[in-house]
Amino acid sequence: MTTLFFWIFAVVVAGSALLAITRRNGVAAALWAASSFVGIAGVFVLLGAYFLAVVEVLVYAGAIMVLFLFVIMLLNLREADLKVVQGPRMHVGGAILGALFLAGLVWTCRRSGLFDVPLDAKGPVGETGAVAAPLFRDYVLPFEIVSFLLLAAMVGAVLLTKRRLS
Amino acid sequence: MTYVLGKLLHIVIVAGAALPGLAAVLVWAERRVSAFIQDRLGPNRVGPAGLLQPIADLLKFIFKEDVIPGHVNKTLYVLAPAMSLVPALVAFCVVPYARGMAIADVNVGILLVFAISSIAVYGVSIGGWAGNSKYSLLGGVRASAQMISYELALGASCVPVFLVVGELNMEAIVAWQKANGWLVFYLFPAWIIFLVSSYAETNRLPFDLPEAETELVAGYHTEYSSMKFALFFLAEYIHMITASALSVTLFFGGYELPWVTLPGGAWGTVLSGLVFFGKISFFLFLFIWVRWTLPRFRYDQLMNLGWKILFPASLVVVLATAGWIAMVTP
Repeated sequence: MTTLFFWIFAVVVAGSALLAITRRNGVAAALWAASSFVGIAGVFVLLGAYFLAVVEVLVYAGAIMVLFLFVIMLLNLREADLKVVQGPRMHVGGAILGALFLAGLVWTCRRSGLFDVPLDAKGPVGETGAVAAPLFRDYVLPFEIVSFLLLAAMVGAVLLTKRRLS
Repeated sequence: MTYVLGKLLHIVIVAGAALPGLAAVLVWAERRVSAFIQDRLGPNRVGPAGLLQPIADLLKFIFKEDVIPGHVNKTLYVLAPAMSLVPALVAFCVVPYARGMAIADVNVGILLVFAISSIAVYGVSIGGWAGNSKYSLLGGVRASAQMISYELALGASCVPVFLVVGELNMEAIVAWQKANGWLVFYLFPAWIIFLVSSYAETNRLPFDLPEAETELVAGYHTEYSSMKFALFFLAEYIHMITASALSVTLFFGGYELPWVTLPGGAWGTVLSGLVFFGKISFFLFLFIWVRWTLPRFRYDQLMNLGWKILFPASLVVVLATAGWIAMVTP
């Protein structure tokens, strides 16, 4: 039963991701990406990580993707505007970058032994405390530094878009 | 197998009959109460006291011509009402509406409600975009900005509840309140923030900017008619029911009564369901009462209230509660 559901979610995740990068319509692409996030949340549920599953939907599908959609809807790009970022050079460059990124990801997962963990290894990940303890106790400093980096990026973005500072 | 079938039956009864039925009665109540507030009578012809009016309205919606304007994005236009209604129905699944009667009694409880209702933004914003007119686009954009902004305050205003109870599970929150009294007496400021944010999340007056008729015709559902419009309408009323149910469960003791202990067994379940219904009826009435009493906010006022008052206030409440708990616990 679990295996069946895993395959259903896997197909949803991979299929939606594929559709998200091949759609020409920006709104459709954003919706497929959101569907992919919901699929990932399903995989988290199967692994017993209920809190992470909920956060995945809440943050990625419910907030980040909505903001993307927001921007896409406001810009309302036409086909002609997209010509700038299309063409063979972009495709080849994108493919090479993507392959490099995938290779790096696989290499890191291999080295850290993530691939050797069996699928049904259910730890205490379902508990909220199990997520909170590393974030707010064991790794509190790196976590805070990362949040400051994000804040800096956000302030920078606001500053760049302001024409006049008064 | 019987477990799965039982759950399916439960889902069909709650999402297929109880919630839409309650929403229909709510539409009637809204029209009657608004009429009394404005010194009119309201719909009182169809059935006793006009109670069959929602059925007449439903028949009208079904038999109206289903118009799909030529200028819309067809797929998304058809999908949007469903994307609005389905999260509204699913979000109710973790609410314990009577003793032991939540469809899904999960440990992450209320976070699941937030996750699902955060998806409801898609229905509104896609509906606004797919309509391909400036009124509906503006309405959709306004709605998504408003819902994202107030989600933060709404989520943060519930954190004190989790801190005090120490659990996210809804049944556990109800049990804690049975033992120690209603949480609203401990966390009154958090409840105020929760109430105001939930009005903004459900797009109800004084925060119904997405469909401000004087500026935007009807906002995100300007291009919709017949049953598709009715689905958006139904979604709004079901969101109201869920918001009231959350308010009751988190801050007003859920399906239990203070001092009086309800009997166990089947009778206890029925009685606790009635208690819950009575409590949410009050909050639903409050929704209607507020709508026909207060004027609408201006857009910048709405954003200022959300980001500069409610969100910082909710953070202060969270910190104060955490500090209080840290002082009390040895």
